Amino acid sequence: ARHNSYRGKKMAAVQDAPMELDAEKETKPEILSDGTSNLSGNTASGTLSSPPLTAGGAPKQEDQQTLIAVLQFLRRNKLTESVEILRREACLEDQEDSQTLDGSGGGKGDGDGGDANSLLSRVSIASAAAPQSTLTPIPVKSEYDQPDVSVVLSAYSQQGDPSLYQVYYSSLKNFIESVLDCHRAELSQLFYPLFVHMYLELVYNNHENKAKAFFEKFSGDQECYYQDDLRILCGLTKKEHLKGNEALLDFRTSRFVLRISRDSYQLLKRHLQERHNNQIWNIIQEHLYIDIFDGMPRSKSQIDSMSGSFAGETRREVNKAKVFYGLLKEPEIEVPLDDEDDEAENEEGKPKKKKTKKDSMGSKSKKQDPNAPQQNRIPLPELKDSDKLDKIMYMKESTKRIRLGPENLPSICFYSFLNAYQGLTAVDFTDDSSLLAGGFADSTVRVWSATPKKLRKVKSAAELNLIDKESDDVLERIMDEKTASESKNLYGHSGPVYGVSFSPDRNYLLSSSEDGTVRLWSLQTFTCLVGYKGHNYPVWDTHFSPFGYYFVSGGHDRVARLWATDHYQPLRIFAGHLADVTCTRFHPNSNYVVTGSTDRTIRLWDVLNGNCVRFFTGHKGPIHSLAFSPNGKFLASGSTDGRVLLWDIGHGLMIGELKGHTDTIYALKFSRDGEILASGSMDNTVRLWDSMKAFDDMETDDFTAATGHIHLPDNSQELLLGMYHSKSTPVTHLHFTRRNLLLAAGAYNSQ
Amino acid sequence: SSSQSGMTEREERRFAEVPRESIKLMAESSGVELSEEVAALLAEDVCYRLREATQNSSQFMRHAKRRKLSVEDLNRALRWSNTETICGYGAQDALPFRPLKEGELFFVEDREINLVELALATNIPKGCAETMVRVHVSYLDGKGNLEPQGTVPTAVQSLSEDLLKYYQQITRAILGEDPHLMKVALLDLQSNSKIAALLPYFVYVISGVKSVSHDLDQLNRLLHMVKSLVQNPYLYLGSYVRSLVSSVMYCILEPLAASINPLNDHWTLRDYAALLLSHIFWTHGDLVSGLYHQILLSLQKVLSDPVRPLCSHYGAVVGLHALGWKAVERVLYPHLPAYWANLQAVLDDYSVSNAQVKADGHKVYGAILVAVERLLKMKALSLTLAAEGSGAGLPGTTTGAVSFRENSPGLSPPPEPLSEPPLGIASHLQAGGAGCPWEEWTPVSLPAMYCELYSFFGDSLAVRFSTGLPLGGVPPPGPCQPLEGRKEPASSAPNLENTRKMPQLTASMNISPRQDGSPRMEPQPPSLAATVPGRSLARSSSSSVSRSRSSSSRPGRSTSQSRDIFPKARFPLPQAGPPAFSFIIGGRQMGRRCQGRRFQTSFSPTPPLTTHPPRAYAHKLPVIGRVSKPVRRWTCSHYSLHLPL
Repeated sequence: ARHNSYRGKKMAAVQDAPMELDAEKETKPEILSDGTSNLSGNTASGTLSSPPLTAGGAPKQEDQQTLIAVLQFLRRNKLTESVEILRREACLEDQEDSQTLDGSGGGKGDGDGGDANSLLSRVSIASAAAPQSTLTPIPVKSEYDQPDVSVVLSAYSQQGDPSLYQVYYSSLKNFIESVLDCHRAELSQLFYPLFVHMYLELVYNNHENKAKAFFEKFSGDQECYYQDDLRILCGLTKKEHLKGNEALLDFRTSRFVLRISRDSYQLLKRHLQERHNNQIWNIIQEHLYIDIFDGMPRSKSQIDSMSGSFAGETRREVNKAKVFYGLLKEPEIEVPLDDEDDEAENEEGKPKKKKTKKDSMGSKSKKQDPNAPQQNRIPLPELKDSDKLDKIMYMKESTKRIRLGPENLPSICFYSFLNAYQGLTAVDFTDDSSLLAGGFADSTVRVWSATPKKLRKVKSAAELNLIDKESDDVLERIMDEKTASESKNLYGHSGPVYGVSFSPDRNYLLSSSEDGTVRLWSLQTFTCLVGYKGHNYPVWDTHFSPFGYYFVSGGHDRVARLWATDHYQPLRIFAGHLADVTCTRFHPNSNYVVTGSTDRTIRLWDVLNGNCVRFFTGHKGPIHSLAFSPNGKFLASGSTDGRVLLWDIGHGLMIGELKGHTDTIYALKFSRDGEILASGSMDNTVRLWDSMKAFDDMETDDFTAATGHIHLPDNSQELLLGMYHSKSTPVTHLHFTRRNLLLAAGAYNSQ
Repeated sequence: SSSQSGMTEREERRFAEVPRESIKLMAESSGVELSEEVAALLAEDVCYRLREATQNSSQFMRHAKRRKLSVEDLNRALRWSNTETICGYGAQDALPFRPLKEGELFFVEDREINLVELALATNIPKGCAETMVRVHVSYLDGKGNLEPQGTVPTAVQSLSEDLLKYYQQITRAILGEDPHLMKVALLDLQSNSKIAALLPYFVYVISGVKSVSHDLDQLNRLLHMVKSLVQNPYLYLGSYVRSLVSSVMYCILEPLAASINPLNDHWTLRDYAALLLSHIFWTHGDLVSGLYHQILLSLQKVLSDPVRPLCSHYGAVVGLHALGWKAVERVLYPHLPAYWANLQAVLDDYSVSNAQVKADGHKVYGAILVAVERLLKMKALSLTLAAEGSGAGLPGTTTGAVSFRENSPGLSPPPEPLSEPPLGIASHLQAGGAGCPWEEWTPVSLPAMYCELYSFFGDSLAVRFSTGLPLGGVPPPGPCQPLEGRKEPASSAPNLENTRKMPQLTASMNISPRQDGSPRMEPQPPSLAATVPGRSLARSSSSSVSRSRSSSSRPGRSTSQSRDIFPKARFPLPQAGPPAFSFIIGGRQMGRRCQGRRFQTSFSPTPPLTTHPPRAYAHKLPVIGRVSKPVRRWTCSHYSLHLPL
């Protein structure tokens, strides 16, 4: 299917609706929710991917007028089909609206997802917060006509006299440069979106030379972190180019968000009205969303720390939704007394005696974390006996864990991939550090044993018939000793493997590839079990839920998908990013998924309802690594700009910036207790950061929490505990063993 | 498969462009005729699409965690936008992009490959090694060296298997027992072009000289290794040359454990090391020029340290000798009076217990003699050259210069002086670094130098000098004799003049060399240079300002004067004018010291008295205490860093 249309078109069929929805939800909530329903052709999908529809923004009246204008334009251009679509949406508006508002819940998945439903039905949810009774697999939307691109573009043809844009822009520039310092920084935020919109409009209206002149004159004024965007714009000089360029269509369809204090906003408004500068005002009205707040205007550094994304800043209310970031209660598992290691330790330290009954971890988590979600908010797989054994192992190991801190840094072991001429693209360790998987650009996945224990396959069916199933060591007997080897190759993909992830029980391995599929491999037979198709475009990353069963993937089609291993179709589609989803991670409590994107934003999604509950901006480059702190409260993100940003999930705030790396950060990991954050980068270094200090230093007063205006202390140097060089080996992956030994992995680069 | 492209000259562009001409050409080649506008539009669109594809392909590169965009990345981007991919560019090596002279045509070179040959080729490439994972503890407890490089042994392990083997074989062969194997290894080390990566390890091995100072043989082998490395034209020694030099210096200067046994011929080792040092400076002057002063200083320090054994002193002397006659002139020569006292004491001790030390002393004596001999010869030669140069360049500038030219008629500049001072060093020496003790160094005129040296060595110097190879400036004995006769009066005249000026000289002692030159005036270009300290000897003739006065006062005579100094000093002097000579010395060395020197001149006829060869007698200076004191003052004024004896 992939070759019949240009990428943007097909993707739009799946994505544009939610995206549009996301972009314009402020002003046209009703229409948008309709759009979703229409496009998907399934009224049940209302909750799947739509972010919360908050009220506010421009009054409804304006929307109506816009609609009428658009309809007129369409008719004039004989775009009857589009007219019809738009009309239908407008007409259906009220009925659909009501349906959306009263909760798109109850038993809607019985159509397409009915069969899948049964698989999950054993677990029921009795949560007041979620109307659904089950996690319903929702089918991917069918192909449907997308709104014509020109509709979107047409908006550009109506705004003032393009030949005067230089004048408009200059006058605004002069005004902003003349206002008081405290307002200037805030109003300067207008430059970039206005510049881009005006430039695009000039291009759209075939004023090629004027556009070039406009670009020449004002591109130098833009913030340096927009350089990449400007480079794309610079090459775009024809209307035809615009049509094919999704990035800029996105820019058009989304409204660039600015956060400006009320004072500054009034100042701007007064100025524009006095000067009758309607063109600027129209563009602001049309393409920008100005999130006004009361209080002190922000400083330049405050603004800079939050800006840089493709679609402006976060609206504050977007991050107001409640997030249950606490950890789930650990299941109570009896720890057997018989361990001789424990005995030895107990001789030395007598007070430890008590723990033999129940593990300290288990008893601690008996008290329900107030921030934790309901235990069964998301149906989770039941623990098998082997899982319980593993938990016991984990607890034993964690008693031997080294307490890390600024004075006690972890030892680092480096796993070097040698002779990886084909290109190492992804690495993962199992939680117990016993296995190591590498994804390669030659489409292979290789699994190594990181312990002396060799990898063995299960015997063939014929041989299995011969063994004594009643014997005690049946698990040993089923393994084929002849196949023992240090590593196993997994063949199946037809493109570079960009992401690998082990299941927590070490029975499965996931790999995502350029060929558009995610594959599930058995680590018992070392064969491929399932190929999950759905992305249709390169899948950049995949990650297993910490409880197994679910996994998330994200790719070039700008969506992240939630899957269950026993479903061949995704359960959720998380749409909203304006560009590729480059990395995906599960929250430790498995209720949330975080995604990082090329649009330089991070989104946190609720697995239950598919809503985007957190939206973080501040990175100045594509995000390539994400890591949750073990307590689930914090998130670290690393990007191509070499910076690590720290986020408080509960408050929805940026709380730290770690500068130091000189190249893309591909690996981030918190130590097991969360005291140390390790970051690994293309610059061949591993750096250790004092994450405890970073979290403690954050401002936690109510005002900050309410407004989101943070003052980032420039304390990267204090927080940097250590920098460790590898020998021309980019750090691709980092992992803390259960005892807090840091493992790093990367391919030795001989050039 | 050749493609054309070129930068448009219309305006400056941020991107490479495909000009419309190329588009038209491509269309023509596929049989389509394009109008100008269509071609222009197409060209622009093609450029945009190319940029777009590049933009998209960068994403594949980023996710492959690479820094280098590959053809494969671009092909993926093309494939995903439903464009035909390009084939045939999968090679890892960069493709040569060549211009064609006629017409601005650029193309990728696409050679034809003979498949038959390829198929039947016997050198089948080995397959890539299996991808594997190796783990090592990089940093224990967060501590580790912050240097990316580990210690040498661990670093060796990371070398390629072949290199490692080579390294082991070579070191084993060189340090092993088999002389033939050693020769082969050294020869290979000298010519192998692929061992750059091993250089640090070889240097490390060589730096092990300190641990084998008891084993002359090993030291010798290591020095040979240095020689091979230095001579290898493919190696860039870079900063490792310092380490090599320090190892060589160790062999030259240190009182090696091996030298305790008198049977060990450590002298040869030192000679060889000095030769090597000179070789390094000669061939890698650019790398070591910064070291020159450092080395001179350390040599001087050793020389002036009476506690050091004589073998170290010997090393210092041969080291200086190896660094060139200018080094000898600057360091050894000024230091000689002070050193002489000590050496004298050693040589005068005839006790049995001193026999060994005395033998060592004779070694040093010989080395000094050789060094000063060359100093004198080279200096004479340089003067001649200078004279010739100036004569040719500026005819008639100074009479003195002309006279020198006459002195060596028809003699072309011999090759030796040119090769003697390596360029970098020579200039360094002349210029003298800021604040370095040589800054204040003032050249001593050749005759004065000869006289002083003669006072130490007596006839042994004279004999060597006259019997040595005929140097440029020194006429053969035949023609020189007649000159002698002529010059006799001439030489006495300045001497008389000199004595007349004595009171002045004593008044300002510490600049004695200069004073020494001025009274004698015109004849000596080198002495004139004294007025311009640090000026190149070769160019000193051009500093005619100071000279002009004197030369004008005595035109014509300068010629003879300059000529006769040498011959006189060479042979006739001892018998012809001991009084005259004593005058010269007196004038040079001040009244108080002239006593001692005069002794020397009177000693010169007495060589047959002892069993030693003639040159060994000259050093029998009875009054040593007197010499040392003024010398120290003199020394102090010139060498602030110098530790007086």
